[in-house]
Amino acid sequence: MKKKILIHIGAALFTILILVLLQRLLMPKYISTIHEGNLIAEYYDEVKEHEVIFIGDCEVFSNISPITLWEQYGITSYIRGSAQQLIWQSYYLLEDTLRYEKPKVVVYNVLAMKYNEPQKEAYNRLTLDGMRLSVPKLRAIKASMMEDEAFITYLVPLLRYHSRWSELTEEDFKYMFHRDTLSHNGYLMRIDTKPVTVVPKGKKLPDYRFGPNSYDYLERMTKLCKENDIELVLIKSPSVYPYWYEEWDEQIVEYARENELTYINFLKYVDEIGIDYNTDTYDGGLHMNLSGAEKFTSYLGQLLKEKYPLPDQRKDKRLTKIWQKKMDFYYAMKADQDEELKEYGYLKSYGAVAQSIEEE
Amino acid sequence: MLFTSYRFILFILILFILYYIIPKKLQWMLLLLASYLFYSIAGLRYLIYIATTTLSTYLISLRLNQLQSEQSSFLKEQKDSLDREGKKAYKASMKLKQRRWLVLCLIINFGILAVLKYSAFTITNFNGVLNLLGTKPLPLIGFVLPLGISFYTFQTMGYLIDIYREKYPHERNIFKLALFISFFPQLIQGPISRFDDLKETLFSEHSIDGRNISFGLQRILWGFFKKLVIADRMLIAVNTIVRNPEEFQGVYVLVGMFFYAITLYSDFTGGIDITIGVAEVLGIRIRENFERPYFSKSIAEYWRRWHITLGTWFKEYLFYPISISKSMLELTKSSKRRVGDWLGRRVSIYIASIVVWLITGIWHGAAWNFVVWGLLNCFFILASQECNPLYERFHSRFHIRHTFAYRLFQVGRTFWLMSFLRAFDCYRDVGTTFQMYSTLVTRWNYSELFQGGLMQLGLTIADYIVLTAAVTLLLVVSLQGRSGSVREKLAARPFSLQYAAYTVLFIAILILGAYGVGYDASQFIYSQF
Repeated sequence: MKKKILIHIGAALFTILILVLLQRLLMPKYISTIHEGNLIAEYYDEVKEHEVIFIGDCEVFSNISPITLWEQYGITSYIRGSAQQLIWQSYYLLEDTLRYEKPKVVVYNVLAMKYNEPQKEAYNRLTLDGMRLSVPKLRAIKASMMEDEAFITYLVPLLRYHSRWSELTEEDFKYMFHRDTLSHNGYLMRIDTKPVTVVPKGKKLPDYRFGPNSYDYLERMTKLCKENDIELVLIKSPSVYPYWYEEWDEQIVEYARENELTYINFLKYVDEIGIDYNTDTYDGGLHMNLSGAEKFTSYLGQLLKEKYPLPDQRKDKRLTKIWQKKMDFYYAMKADQDEELKEYGYLKSYGAVAQSIEEE
Repeated sequence: MLFTSYRFILFILILFILYYIIPKKLQWMLLLLASYLFYSIAGLRYLIYIATTTLSTYLISLRLNQLQSEQSSFLKEQKDSLDREGKKAYKASMKLKQRRWLVLCLIINFGILAVLKYSAFTITNFNGVLNLLGTKPLPLIGFVLPLGISFYTFQTMGYLIDIYREKYPHERNIFKLALFISFFPQLIQGPISRFDDLKETLFSEHSIDGRNISFGLQRILWGFFKKLVIADRMLIAVNTIVRNPEEFQGVYVLVGMFFYAITLYSDFTGGIDITIGVAEVLGIRIRENFERPYFSKSIAEYWRRWHITLGTWFKEYLFYPISISKSMLELTKSSKRRVGDWLGRRVSIYIASIVVWLITGIWHGAAWNFVVWGLLNCFFILASQECNPLYERFHSRFHIRHTFAYRLFQVGRTFWLMSFLRAFDCYRDVGTTFQMYSTLVTRWNYSELFQGGLMQLGLTIADYIVLTAAVTLLLVVSLQGRSGSVREKLAARPFSLQYAAYTVLFIAILILGAYGVGYDASQFIYSQF
């Protein structure tokens, strides 16, 4: 009898092992396309000692460079950003981050306040699949699911990605057990340029008020930061599109005033920052390229440095060693992108597909 | 709740655990609770219909039983005082009373079904007539059909007729009767069980049994394989063809018929496998509903092997009562006198067959395509019966023996004939179906199929490879099934082999199943009927 039970347990474990392997094989790797899919998971491999954490959508992971913050101000930072990150996802990512470290400052980009409801399953996946299993992850899933989604598919992604069996590539086998780091502390580098040709005007909206769900999570975020003695800074990154309405801005100003938070709309400081939309964006104004990101980060870093107690960490040899490696990787990628741009005229392996999806 | 939904899997897992940990005498009550919970998920307001059917059937079966007991005690008491004629007259009067109650219950329950299912169809057709007369049309009333109403109404009325016929005693406990009517695994698409078949296992106490659980889970797995890997994948191509009749004609009509035959079989038998499997895990035996119907050599045989419980229902409760009814016997007699013995003998059979097939058609759906489909089935069955002597003479004249090749021909002929008839179900419109038939000869595009035509049906090469492998497996299992249960055969093999077989099947469903993002979760086809 005992032997029989052991055989059954062994057989069940063997099946589970096969399923785990299949899941690893079938999950998208986001190596050659849609690099955004890797951003959330990369954080867990980090040495988690950051003074500043950025949360939000593409306006943080495209427009802010933690390497520049380190190079110019000795500030250690990480971006927990992801494509179309909704505010409840930002909140739960912050909760998740606080399980590992306690930053001094959290910077939240407020663009996602405009979304009161879950938007698209594909974007949910880019944020949630990378999160490690935790209570914040479970809550984030619950808050983010579209009507036709099933909770279990986030816990067992094999159920979501099973049909990829017919589109597997060499990349899926190669990266089954490890992944290359693609970001620079959450920053996705792009050095190419596509100038802003038209400054979009916002279409009239029937209602400019942010939804109750958005406010609820903003309040939760404010409370969470206060409970943990973290300074919460609200920003609107200087991307010209999607359009940021004056009515939206007023609501955030009002919220920041009521809650004694700092809010900076950087669209109002474009000239001061030195952003030139002819040279500093790679997709006509949605996202900054490296040049734009470095200019913006330099300006933001100065503000953070002046307002919050963020000592220069470059004196710390251990940290310097860690960050030197990051800088080497940063400049190597920059050189590689330079070369690719010269050779092909566009960035062949750095997010052309991702861009088209973002622009959809 | 879809059988193939995560919710359903969670639902049955919780039920299985609860079922075997609660005291055994409470097991049937748990099933009743689960069945009503299952039903209420489809819509709380539908509970009223199934509750009405349950209550009316219970009360009237009680009344029938009272009358039957009254009759037997009266006859016992009056054993010596009543003569034969007196007893006969008394019995006839009591039977009449019973019949009135029976008819009342049939009217209530078939009435509910008729109003909910056929109102729109009837009014539409009536409006057609009014339109011809230039009169103002009646407003259309559309009802959402409660889950499984056709199945549970037929099952319940079968029970009541059996009580009327005194086949078995009525169920005294209304809650047990409610469970028989609402037992959730068979609620969506049958089988249509008989009370005397089901009651023993449904209400008895069950201990945990490894074999039941293992066999039940295997059956569920096989059902999921048929539904998710074959039916839901092939349905994509079927829908592409039948929803675009102007684009897909000629050879595509044939492809559509062929694919629909496989889809419907995998879908319906897959659902029944899940039903029987779930019941098996609970220790409950449900009657089989299929016996490899696509191996049938004639349409009559096909209908004895396809949806067996519905066929049996019609035979027992409609065909026989009509053909041996007093009026039909009289009609047969007078017909024999008027048109001769040969034709006279057939009148009652023809009438009963036409009625049965007309109702079978309408049972499948409130639309003319189902009426035509039913009548054509009837026509082919009667015609092939009548032509049988002709075939025999032909066979003997040309020395055609019933060899394997000939049997194969018969199987192929029946398969294609049924596939042709099923086109009415596919296209859901009589005119379109006949038009599509005509394109088989007018649109000569047979070479198109292998010049990229198959790739226009919404399936990829990978899909076709999966389908070919899966249908081959289905065929092999069906062939193996002819000489006994495949599961029994597999159970006799070493554990490692059994384990490997079921693990591969499980993984095949997980990976190759047409479910989740990119696929529409489709309800079982028969659940619409």
